[in-house]
Amino acid sequence: MARYFTEEHEWIDVEGDTATVGITDYAQGQLGDIVFVELPAVGTPVEKGKDAAVVESVKAASDVYAPISGEVTEINDSLDGDPALVNSSPEEDGWFFKLTIADKAQLEGLMDAAAYKSFVDGL
Amino acid sequence: MRYLPLTQADRSAMLDRIGVSSIDDLFVDVPEEARLSGPIGGLPLHAGEMAVERHMQRLSRRNLAAGDAPFFLGAGAYRHHVPASVDHVIQRGEFLTAYTPYQPEIAQGTLQMLFEFQTQVARLYGCAVANASMYDGSTACWEAVAMAGRVTRRKRVVLSGALHPHYAEVVRTMAKFTDDEIADALPSLQGTPDNEGLIARIDDETSCVVVQYPDILGRIPDLGAIAEAAHAKGALLVAVNTEPVALGAIKSPGELGADIVVGEGQAIGVGLQFGGPYLGLFAVRDARHARQMPGRLCGETVDAEGKRGFVLTLSTREQHIRREKATSNICTNSGLCALAFSVHMTLLGEEGLRRLAACNHSLACEAADRLAQIPGVELLNDSFFNEFTLRLGTDARQVVRRLADDGVLAGVSLGRLFPGVDALEDGLLVAVTETTTREDIETLASALQEALA
Amino acid sequence: MNAPNKSGWKPEMTAAADGMHEGPATATGNRALMLEEPLIFEIGHAETTGVDLPEIAPGGPNRLGGMERRDPIGLPGLSEPETVRHYTRLSRQNYAIDLGLFPLGSCTMKHNPRLNEKVARIPGFADVHPLQPVSTVRGALEVINELAHWLIELTGMHGVAMSPKAGAHGELCGILCIRAALEARGDAREVILVPESAHGTNPATAAFAGYRVENIPANADGRVDLEALKARLGPDVAGVMITNPNTCGLFERDMKAISDAVHAAGGFVYCDGANFNAIVGKVRPGDLGVDAMHINLHKTFSTPHGGGGPGSGPVVLSQALSPYGPLPFTARTADGVVHLVEEENAAEFDHTSAFGRMTAFHGQMGMFTRALAYILSHGADGLAQVAEDAVLNANYILRSLDDLLDAPFGDSGPCMHEALFGDRGFAEGLSTLDLAKSLIDEGYHPMTMYFPLVVHGAMLIEPTETESKAGLDQFIEAFRSVAERARAGDGAMKQAPYYAPRRRLDETQAARKPVLAWQGAKGD
Repeated sequence: MARYFTEEHEWIDVEGDTATVGITDYAQGQLGDIVFVELPAVGTPVEKGKDAAVVESVKAASDVYAPISGEVTEINDSLDGDPALVNSSPEEDGWFFKLTIADKAQLEGLMDAAAYKSFVDGL
Repeated sequence: MRYLPLTQADRSAMLDRIGVSSIDDLFVDVPEEARLSGPIGGLPLHAGEMAVERHMQRLSRRNLAAGDAPFFLGAGAYRHHVPASVDHVIQRGEFLTAYTPYQPEIAQGTLQMLFEFQTQVARLYGCAVANASMYDGSTACWEAVAMAGRVTRRKRVVLSGALHPHYAEVVRTMAKFTDDEIADALPSLQGTPDNEGLIARIDDETSCVVVQYPDILGRIPDLGAIAEAAHAKGALLVAVNTEPVALGAIKSPGELGADIVVGEGQAIGVGLQFGGPYLGLFAVRDARHARQMPGRLCGETVDAEGKRGFVLTLSTREQHIRREKATSNICTNSGLCALAFSVHMTLLGEEGLRRLAACNHSLACEAADRLAQIPGVELLNDSFFNEFTLRLGTDARQVVRRLADDGVLAGVSLGRLFPGVDALEDGLLVAVTETTTREDIETLASALQEALA
Repeated sequence: MNAPNKSGWKPEMTAAADGMHEGPATATGNRALMLEEPLIFEIGHAETTGVDLPEIAPGGPNRLGGMERRDPIGLPGLSEPETVRHYTRLSRQNYAIDLGLFPLGSCTMKHNPRLNEKVARIPGFADVHPLQPVSTVRGALEVINELAHWLIELTGMHGVAMSPKAGAHGELCGILCIRAALEARGDAREVILVPESAHGTNPATAAFAGYRVENIPANADGRVDLEALKARLGPDVAGVMITNPNTCGLFERDMKAISDAVHAAGGFVYCDGANFNAIVGKVRPGDLGVDAMHINLHKTFSTPHGGGGPGSGPVVLSQALSPYGPLPFTARTADGVVHLVEEENAAEFDHTSAFGRMTAFHGQMGMFTRALAYILSHGADGLAQVAEDAVLNANYILRSLDDLLDAPFGDSGPCMHEALFGDRGFAEGLSTLDLAKSLIDEGYHPMTMYFPLVVHGAMLIEPTETESKAGLDQFIEAFRSVAERARAGDGAMKQAPYYAPRRRLDETQAARKPVLAWQGAKGD
């Protein structure tokens, strides 16, 4: 399984033809207490770089972009009752949605963990 | 000038501190050619309280106040007695001159009041959640249509023909800019609303069907049947109420299955005020829809010491955070009118509201029976609460004007509401409330009889 | 000399000898005049009522069509004394202009004259139905016309749509006029340009009206970058929305050049009139090429904010946009007389291109009477003095705090009606929020914070013209004290406020698990 990162602070785990998407620990730290996550419906086609979900803290709402194109196959239902999961476990239990991978070539150009770390350090 | 505390000496000292020599130096960024050289054209110099009050009094005397005549107007604005303590409370400076409660530690008064108001409205409407109010009933109606579009992701709106024509016009106006498709109609002059016709217009593309309850002609539609039909097609039922007192007598739209209930709250506590400011009420039956609601919401929480307190919440829906993605561009509620409503509702309580409603209905029944005895006058409604439609057999506008000249405010002609629709022009809407006396009814009856003779 | 102080009371007894300490907890949770107040649902009863109404015997006439409401509604009642006490107690937990300086930038929290309250309550205005025959409401229509006349004069515009219910509603009205005007000439444009520093309603409004929003860059001194704007203009730009004076408190010097450029490119200029108080009676937006501007009567013309409304937002329009103004509309005919135009007489006044109707009835009449009384009270001389004193007071604050606080545009010339500061120089870990909450303990409502977004930790202070110099000096002293503590890193500020009716409230809990209505039972 490979994990990639975007400059918009999403992470994406690739396993076969399926990818899991969430936001990074850095992102949750910037947002503060997450109070609500709006997820796409299963079956929704998403497009690389376009809005796929919304994450809300008390005073901010941020769009979460699809890191690659595909179709949503599963969403993390636990976030509905417990959005704080995104704060406590952003890169594991606080995942947002899974999607089919339309075009693996879109993964090129995403960062790996080391590259993302130096990207964040540079902010 | 009595409202300006600075003295000339203050002004000089302050200019010194700022480090400029004259007030003009503070306006240097205003290009010379844009500055007015003299006073605004024709506006007199400042005036004392007495002079201003005299001027306003003089203008007011050119109006015939509702309290000075037999008065029977409704059609979305109702005259009820407002207890003296309501006006006392809303004139307290701590309510009157406060801002939106963005600093909750020093705004608990407004916030607790809004929480109580939201609960009162939700219960009156038979809903789970109400917001902290909108501008008025007509704009709340549009916001409900917009919200139904967000929830269903559909763009076809069915308006009942018996929706207040101003409300329908606001919806049509806004829809032009959002590409919602509006299917509307004119009211049919029948004793019972045309539910079958309305239901037939709902299809699989319909986002919502908008029904007024009681409707513009005063009839009480069976919302339950419409809700069932709408839900079967995946559409929402938006119920619109313009006379909240009615809900002390008839079932709430929420319990009949309406998904979004909106309305005008003016009848309770606010007064007529020639049309504004009024009070838009907005509620949803299902609490899960709260995040799709427009407008401010007040919620309960605790402070750092664990004491109960209230804050504005779910504000990420709103324009100051979501900017172009907000649920609405609304940036205000009708705070002081909400307070007036809430105080009046607290004074009434359930018992008072039910008595008030019963009293309105009983007088309205008397009036309807009395007026229907006039030769040539026909009572249209099979059902009504405190407002009903009479058919006069002649242009009701002319009759209303003639009676006004005789000092009787007879009601609202359908011609005024639906200009140019010949089929409706003999209709007269008559509203009767607890402020109406039997003598008023008798005066109207004889004036009407004379006018129609 | 008489025997001094027979009672034995001495002033120093009022303070504990060893300084401040927490007193004992009280049984009630009250702290003297700071009274806890339950919800009406906890103290009221369904069968209690504070209104005497006749009891209608059952079995009377019933035309409700079988829809009788039988289940409990869940509305508690209180007697009149309990009601008055409940709301009086609640009121005392609010800050208000009547209590002190209310320095919310962009909100213009000025004194609300009580004469205006009095005239709005004259029965000839307050007790009049909006659909009464015209012959019985001539005075009300005259109030609308008279106010419309002065708004047109004060802004140098052509017509005015009086009906919008608040500022944001007025903005929508103005943008819809622009869209209607463009559509009338068959010109489908897609973009509205909005500066980054704009109030959130601007992009929300433009987006609602179907436009794509693009940001206009600002230059280093906090104003619209004219050259960048010109470079962006083109056949796809419907117009610009500009706040002037802008939200950094600065007058847009290039406003006329901006308007000329936008007009040359076929677009229209919307001016957000939120900050009109700074220039009322001094500058007419119409002279700067503005096509549409809303006027917040609750700001510049002192109608009360009422804890968040009702507002009122008439929109003045240029000659080019006036034909599209919504009904009811107020326009001036060739003879100079201002008329109220409605659906039934639109043709008579040649106003048949209205884009529709924004609200039932005529708008916020109760606010019109107040605003008219305000304008007549001030007169031409008083209104210009309002702008001058508002600007003087703001500059006095700017120059009394800029040695201690970072004023990002302090070198961009005098400010207008509000002074803008940023949080640079605060000790690590302390924020604008902490300063704001500490200001509450000093007895002041905080300034606008974190707006405009272009300044980090923004603090926007608008004192208005209705503050005395002594009042400003006290405020400055308090503000300097909290600013110094923020710079010095006083960690106690993190827990402020200490002395308000509530400590900091848990907004996270409120948003995660929303409780939006009382959850108790409906019966007693």
